[in-house]
Amino acid sequence: MSVPVLPRGVRLHDDRVRNCKVLLGPERALILDESGTAILSAVDGARSIEQIAADLAQRYSAPLEAVRPDVTNFLADLAKRRLVDLV
Amino acid sequence: MSDIPAPFALLAELTHRCPLSCPYCSNPLEMVRGAQELPTEIWADVFAQAASLGVLQLHLSGGEPAARRDLPELVAAARAAGLYVNLITSGIGLTPARLDALEAAGLDHVQLSLQGVNAQSADKIGGYKGGFERKMSVAGLIAERGLALTINAVMHRTNLDDLPRMIEMARELGARRIEIACVQFYGWALKNRAALQPSRAQVDQAKAIVAAARADPAERLVIDFVPPDYYADYPKACMGGGWGSTGLNIAPDGTVLPCHAAQTMTHLQFPNVQTMPLREIWYGSAAFNAYRGDDWMPEPCRSCPRKAVDHGGCRCQALALTGDAAATDPVCRKSPDRAKVDALLAEGESATEAEWTYRMSPV
Ligand code: SF4
Ligand code: SF4
Repeated sequence: MSVPVLPRGVRLHDDRVRNCKVLLGPERALILDESGTAILSAVDGARSIEQIAADLAQRYSAPLEAVRPDVTNFLADLAKRRLVDLV
Repeated sequence: MSDIPAPFALLAELTHRCPLSCPYCSNPLEMVRGAQELPTEIWADVFAQAASLGVLQLHLSGGEPAARRDLPELVAAARAAGLYVNLITSGIGLTPARLDALEAAGLDHVQLSLQGVNAQSADKIGGYKGGFERKMSVAGLIAERGLALTINAVMHRTNLDDLPRMIEMARELGARRIEIACVQFYGWALKNRAALQPSRAQVDQAKAIVAAARADPAERLVIDFVPPDYYADYPKACMGGGWGSTGLNIAPDGTVLPCHAAQTMTHLQFPNVQTMPLREIWYGSAAFNAYRGDDWMPEPCRSCPRKAVDHGGCRCQALALTGDAAATDPVCRKSPDRAKVDALLAEGESATEAEWTYRMSPV
């Protein structure tokens, strides 16, 4: 089961000027929307993608079947850009 | 002031001193001497001002930033201000003890430049014997510590054919990312253009190599590629979002510029952090407002739909090649000066070996 982690050189930043969370990495600053913020805030190096999806589904009272693909695709895209490692 | 966006990045040229003397160095021809460099506390204050302006990423550059003895203190100050700290280095001067100190100070990322794929080519370009070997050992020290690493490969006529090996080396050195930047012709590079300008065949080949690597599902390296713009039909966008839109550049003596090549714009007065707050410089100074928006644009840019994309191209290039900083970037097919770029390209295709002038380090 895939566990997402932020590799060294990538971190979540609280941007108090723009009032949002930003994912900072090498030559990258991704301004996160609400869903991106929720997903990345749940990335702790212990929880799997499946667990994160389940947690978010519960928190937002949304069906897991709807949340899972969003979480998976978002993290897979970041993994391809090497802003997340899937271990 | 309300429609001027907050800046994202600050490039801090801590020093112009450097043990290398690359003939394409992005430092201005007139360099700042060591004695005029800003002291630690002013840089620390500037980093705090930048963060409160909205800057997220700080690039510590030079010259060779490791030539500053206070580098770890500067990194710590930037982290305390909340900035993401990237060190752009040749690696020379980074001992195990200094790397430990930088790591402890919270350095986020290292961008290590490679001048060539072996000692013979790299040391000739950098003008520093033994540099390649030192660099390889520094790369090992960075990997040992697990610091995030990008290999910065500066490519030109004499090394562009080594691109496949360059990419392979980035993988071997444990980099997660490689930035392949073809030399852009300003300052020193413009002086050495004849020797550095790649041929069209070389550029096409490089584009194909990059496209193939990116398409390979097994390729884990993130590849950023900046092709030379003389061969393009349209200019590159100035600073991504236009002049004074995304970032600022501070020279070793505290002079603030909209981009690193802007020193050539002698008709503008660039403010200094020692006499003006960074916020005022960003929003209010004449230099930062000079080419914001599109009121300054001549035709054909003014009525061109592409102006929202490239903002009329590079002001420094317009100045260097046409003598007028407000002209349409001559790389553009619509520019009345495009013939000047074509003439340079034609000259490049027929050139044989040309000697280059090494940059000199200030004292
Ligand atoms: S001489 Fe070379 S290594 Fe030194 S600052 Fe210039 S480009 Fe960088
Ligand atoms: S005319 Fe000006 S705005 Fe239009 S593509 Fe050329 S440089 Fe860009």
